[in-house]
Amino acid sequence: MKIPISYNLRNLWTRRLTTSLTVGGISLVVFVFAAVLMLAQGVEDTLVATGSDDNVIILRKGSTTELLSAVSRDQIGIINTFPEVAVGADGTPYGTSDVVTIINLNKKQTKDMGNISVRGVSAGTTALRPQVRLASGRWFRQGSTEIVVGNKIHDQFENVEPGQEIQIGSKRWTIVGVYEAGRTGFASEIWADADMLMAEFNRSTTFSTYTFRLKDPADYDVIKTKLETEQRLQDLEVKREQQFYREQSEGMSVFIKALGLFITVIFSVGAMIGAMITMYAAVANRTVEIGTLRALGFRRRSVLAAFLAEALALSFIGGVVGLVLASFLQAVSFSTTNFGSFSELAFGFSLSMDIVISTMIFALTMGVVGGFLPAVRASRLSIINALRAV
Amino acid sequence: MNVLKLIYKNLFRHSLRSVLTILGVAVAVLAFGLLRTVVTAWSYGVEASSADRLVTRHAVSFIFPLPVAYRDQIAGIPGVTRVTYANWFQGIYKDQSFENFFPRLAVDAETIFEVYKEYEVPADQLAAFKKQRNSCVIGRKLAEQHGFKIGDVIPITGDIFPGRWEFTVAGVYAGKDKTADETQLFFHWDYLNERSRETAPWVTDQVGWYIVQIGQPNEAANISAAIDALYANSAAKTKSETEKAFQQSFVSLSGAIITSLEVISYVIIGIILMVLANTIIMSARERIREYAVLRTLGFTAFHVIGLIIGESLFISMSGGALGLALTFPVSSWFGAQFPTIFPVFAVQPSTVVLAALFALAVGLIAASFPAARSARMRIVDGLRQIG
Repeated sequence: MKIPISYNLRNLWTRRLTTSLTVGGISLVVFVFAAVLMLAQGVEDTLVATGSDDNVIILRKGSTTELLSAVSRDQIGIINTFPEVAVGADGTPYGTSDVVTIINLNKKQTKDMGNISVRGVSAGTTALRPQVRLASGRWFRQGSTEIVVGNKIHDQFENVEPGQEIQIGSKRWTIVGVYEAGRTGFASEIWADADMLMAEFNRSTTFSTYTFRLKDPADYDVIKTKLETEQRLQDLEVKREQQFYREQSEGMSVFIKALGLFITVIFSVGAMIGAMITMYAAVANRTVEIGTLRALGFRRRSVLAAFLAEALALSFIGGVVGLVLASFLQAVSFSTTNFGSFSELAFGFSLSMDIVISTMIFALTMGVVGGFLPAVRASRLSIINALRAV
Repeated sequence: MNVLKLIYKNLFRHSLRSVLTILGVAVAVLAFGLLRTVVTAWSYGVEASSADRLVTRHAVSFIFPLPVAYRDQIAGIPGVTRVTYANWFQGIYKDQSFENFFPRLAVDAETIFEVYKEYEVPADQLAAFKKQRNSCVIGRKLAEQHGFKIGDVIPITGDIFPGRWEFTVAGVYAGKDKTADETQLFFHWDYLNERSRETAPWVTDQVGWYIVQIGQPNEAANISAAIDALYANSAAKTKSETEKAFQQSFVSLSGAIITSLEVISYVIIGIILMVLANTIIMSARERIREYAVLRTLGFTAFHVIGLIIGESLFISMSGGALGLALTFPVSSWFGAQFPTIFPVFAVQPSTVVLAALFALAVGLIAASFPAARSARMRIVDGLRQIG
């Protein structure tokens, strides 16, 4: 015969203060756990979003970041002759030659310095990167020193309002608009005209990277082999755009996960100890009740199950509270320097079904582990001694 | 003293509960200590900075190089005693994993160890280094980590400076004190420059940044301004600042992460508070009748409050002490896993003080609610309580 769960739930309600303190402790741990997972997921989401499946990026061999890469105009011309490159109605290939460099700006509140990527793009960029859309102001004019600022940079850094100027190289460049780019890394950049930027840094024929669209995404392996065996392109390497950006942020993602998990493991030990203390106290205070239950005929198993259920109920409530708190993080943006690209990257906290499930399992596990020993003690009480207890 | 004995005996009436609470507090203090040590270790470079050194870098961004010709001009400014320079070489040793990462810098062999006096190299090794163009000097921790000895050849695949590079170990430097970074590899800038003429001509005759040694530390601001004024109208404008400010700007690049870690360390304090408060409330609730008896005997509310707070402090301070004691070995272990990411990983005195203060504060706050409640309770109501 099972002890009704209402017995446990009403007990939790009777000792409200103790229950809420334990629930509070568990929910804090759950909050940290969920936050770490959401942050790591947010980094992943940014990677996947930055880059399309049908785009291919060309860089110099061995470049771990676009800053180190160099692709010449001639080489781009050669690449465009291949049939796998998608071509528009007017015959121009869908491609963008980018020049990437870094400038320093200061964050709004903390005044911390950040490395911001400035990307010089060609006219073809909007076709290749449909996630990028103008949010306010206007786009920069080709052949001018006008620039547009990504919304994540506009939000986090000071002195980047439309109308203001910033120093890039030897000239002042005017901000004429702010663009949005969803969750992609492009939202943490500043865009300008590639030719103007190249001239600023005395490189007239060398871009950083060339990105083009494939006519058919399945052509990737074919074009990769062709380009890598082409003699004049020997110092270049070919990657899917998505793969390249994923590799850029892998180090960051691994670091966040490792640090977060390490912290959470220590926390969870603390929370389990908290749950254990509460459950032991609950058992100690209800010795007479337990004796009565046993005298009535409930078996040891049922007592064990009942107390375990109480611990689970505690941790379930703690888990739900922690998750609800963590879900508010989705409104927060986290911006820091990506180790891989050495430039600023903003990402959000993403809550997915997987994370909800993992978090609840984590919370319930803490409850089971914390509540197990006290439940065993409760079931082991001898009836006579229990009934005699004061 | 009787009061202490009373507190101790009371606590160990429920020895399991008290031990668990002390353990809980200890674990949380351990986590707090570790997190703070990670945060302080991130700024190791700032601690290691010397007041008599300035860093001059490209005004727009540290990643842009400066002409090597600036050197003599900077040396001519009054107040400057010595000028040296360095280039961040990067490159890949074996692979891109954390274990095989260490700083590789191209430096001016003649002046580098005179400006960085805290890196001590035996005279014969230094002479050998200066003589051989393709040799290098490595830090002691780096030598231990990878088993490098004098005479070994370290192969590096260049990325910023392409090609295959080999450096023969001519010397090992040791830091004068614990704050020195002993994981770096220094080699000849001249060697880099010569090879780059063929392979990477766009970086020839350029340095990453200058390190300027000055005679009077309090002249730092004036000399910085003087250096920057020299190049205010050139293509490569400079920004000069104290070494400390320069290192701090690197730390601030990861500002968001550091802030998060600090926030989490305060969340931990919150957790400790809840665990401890839970225990003290339970313990006080059980003994309402006993406290009433004590009051009947003539002890005042003050004594009762003292008992409760005493118990709470006993648990929090023992838990804190245990946690702090554990922090040292765990930090050593953690730091040994990532010697080149955190070249200096030591528990700072500030961390110890903060942890002790928090343990004290938590002990007091956790006891406040039950102490107040039992002080306000009338003796009669207390005697009436059952169980």
